[in-house]
Amino acid sequence: MRAPVRAWLTSLPFRVIVSTFIGSVVIMVLGGFLLVSQASNGILAAKRQSSVQEASTALDRMQQQLRQSNSDSTSIYERLNQLANEVGAQAGQYRIVIQGPVSGYSSVGIDAATVPVALSVSVERGGGMYLAPTTVRFTDPGVPDEPGLVVGSLLYAPSVGESYPVYFIFPEGKEVQTLAVVQQAAATTGALLTIALTAMAGFVTRQVVQPVRRASLAAERLASGHLNERMDVRGTTELASLATSMNNMASEIQRQIGQLEELSRVQQQFVSDVSHELRTPLTTVKMATDLLYDQRDEFDVSAARSAELMHAELERFEGLLGDLLEISRFDAGAAVLTLDETDLANVVRAEVDAQRAFADRQGTRLIVTARGNTGAEIDARRVRRIMRNLITNAIEHGERRPIVITVAGNDQAVAVTVRDHGVGFLPSQNTQVFHRFWRADPSRTRTVGGTGLGLAIALEDAQLHGGWLSAWGRPHQGAQFRLTLPRQHGEILTGSPLPLAPLDLVTGGPSGTVRGEKP
Amino acid sequence: MSEPGRGSRNRILVVDDDVALAEMLQIVLRQEGFDTVWCATGDRALAAFHDVRPDLVLLDLMLPGRDGIDVCRDIRDESDVPIIMLTAKSDTMDVVVGLEAGADDYVSKPFKAKELIARVRTRLRRSTSDTDEAAGVYQIGDISINTQGHKVQRGDSLIQLTPLEFDLLLALARKPRQVFSREVLLEEVWGYRHAADTRLVNVHVQRLRSKVERDPEHPEIVVTVRGIGYRAGEPADALR
Repeated sequence: MRAPVRAWLTSLPFRVIVSTFIGSVVIMVLGGFLLVSQASNGILAAKRQSSVQEASTALDRMQQQLRQSNSDSTSIYERLNQLANEVGAQAGQYRIVIQGPVSGYSSVGIDAATVPVALSVSVERGGGMYLAPTTVRFTDPGVPDEPGLVVGSLLYAPSVGESYPVYFIFPEGKEVQTLAVVQQAAATTGALLTIALTAMAGFVTRQVVQPVRRASLAAERLASGHLNERMDVRGTTELASLATSMNNMASEIQRQIGQLEELSRVQQQFVSDVSHELRTPLTTVKMATDLLYDQRDEFDVSAARSAELMHAELERFEGLLGDLLEISRFDAGAAVLTLDETDLANVVRAEVDAQRAFADRQGTRLIVTARGNTGAEIDARRVRRIMRNLITNAIEHGERRPIVITVAGNDQAVAVTVRDHGVGFLPSQNTQVFHRFWRADPSRTRTVGGTGLGLAIALEDAQLHGGWLSAWGRPHQGAQFRLTLPRQHGEILTGSPLPLAPLDLVTGGPSGTVRGEKP
Repeated sequence: MSEPGRGSRNRILVVDDDVALAEMLQIVLRQEGFDTVWCATGDRALAAFHDVRPDLVLLDLMLPGRDGIDVCRDIRDESDVPIIMLTAKSDTMDVVVGLEAGADDYVSKPFKAKELIARVRTRLRRSTSDTDEAAGVYQIGDISINTQGHKVQRGDSLIQLTPLEFDLLLALARKPRQVFSREVLLEEVWGYRHAADTRLVNVHVQRLRSKVERDPEHPEIVVTVRGIGYRAGEPADALR
């Protein structure tokens, strides 16, 4: 039931074929009906005309004979009987029934009941000729009835001075047979024409639809990146011009994409060149600075301080350059994952240990807890960098309060949260924190020298894994960042083993909204 | 190869087209007690190498004229001298290509002077410390390693290894029961105390295998332990 509806909605050829079929059936039925009815009308009208003519000729002849034979009433019967047999046997075209004064005279084999009562009433009432359709009945029950015409009139016998009704019976068996043949011919022709038309419609739509299908296939292949895909151009029809237009469009798209690719390649090459060109002098400056910095004790106070500042700022500059290059690598789509089955907890611990000295210097305590199976397919270098950025960020904004790092895993994902109890941020800023060079408070100075790109890079790293990096924050209640990574690379995350809102936060307020997952 | 006598200053050939960096490198290296010679182009690098007979080569990968990778191959073809690459790009391909061309180690710009000096000292210590070794013969598979003569043999035929490859093989041979992770090997052979680029290990294991294995596709000397790292193959007499 549904399949035809779907085919009707989706397949143009199906629609055309069904429409053509229904249309031609209607036309054929109407046309056939008209043809058959006209044909039968024509045939029957002609038969009627010729019947009337023949009947009047025969009647005249009988009348004449009856006048000539000047006989009495007894011989009238014989004469009538004779006439009936004479005329009836004559041509076989018609039979005759004469209603005599005492009894009727009929041609051999004809049942007098063939004459309808209504007709005999009309004939007996008054002169003239009457015509009516009837069913011809035969005296022999073995011969089937057949349709026919009855022409009736009065025969005047001058000798007796009486009139006798005479009926000429014209069987129409042949005409009816002809009509049946015509009907059958009309039906057969109609059926054949319907089939032929439907087939033709199918064929024509195929001819039209096939190139359109090819065009849509080609367009789809183009869309899926096969830019060399072209259509065959055959002939000079509209369909060929469709193919030509498609091909022109494809070439144009290919040209433009090529141009964009070239631009992007040039851009990437430029960034790469800049990186190379910047790194060499930076190395020289760095080595020179290191040398001066190591000898700063021998300088006077201002020169020594200058060496220190130069040394510190150069580190910052280097960090910034490194982060910029990393971001440009992401932008160019050149970042590649190096996946390994690794325990996230170990990666986190390693990075926390590496950050511990720095945290101590800043007076911040780092607390790590891990639970569950936290093995996953991850790029350890990138995850360490995410952790480095999250921890650095937490130390910078954590107001020296302890930072809690929690690692957990479930069947499909592993997650780590980094919770600080520092300045926090507005709930509405939970996406802005990942923006490049974004600052919660522009008046706040960067104390630990983050580049402003750390969280942006961390987000890129997480997304490269097919993971989530989400942020939760409330002013003066601190912030929590949560990294969620799929256990198997390529799996789609549907949830995280850890809630985004910090567990330590017991608020009665409507904080449920923060659980919204941010892919 | 004519080793300079012990106690004399190690000579380092600096091949770099950047005048300022080359001068700065030489200042730092001289301050640390090395002799330096500078060559500015790739074309003249091999000739300079012949003239100078350095104990170590610092080689910039991007050079005018002959490319650093080619220079590295030229030198490696005729000498086992330690080569440290200076790379501006830390992108995967350049580093791996450089290592495959025969470089022992690399530092990416911008590097710290101390970092470079540490790398240089590690490589020099390795290549001059043969004589400190207590005499010892180790067996891996069907090859034997003689620490005194710095010799590796399969049967009677000598296998020529660079000092780094020798160190790598020896590290495995000394503890035949141990499986070494790439990180441990980086520390033992390259002297990296923090996790560094494990591609160093991968590439040099490949190079080592191409020299010591009968069939590098099915290694029997340096065996891969999936998910962990490498270990030495069983000594041949232990097999039968």
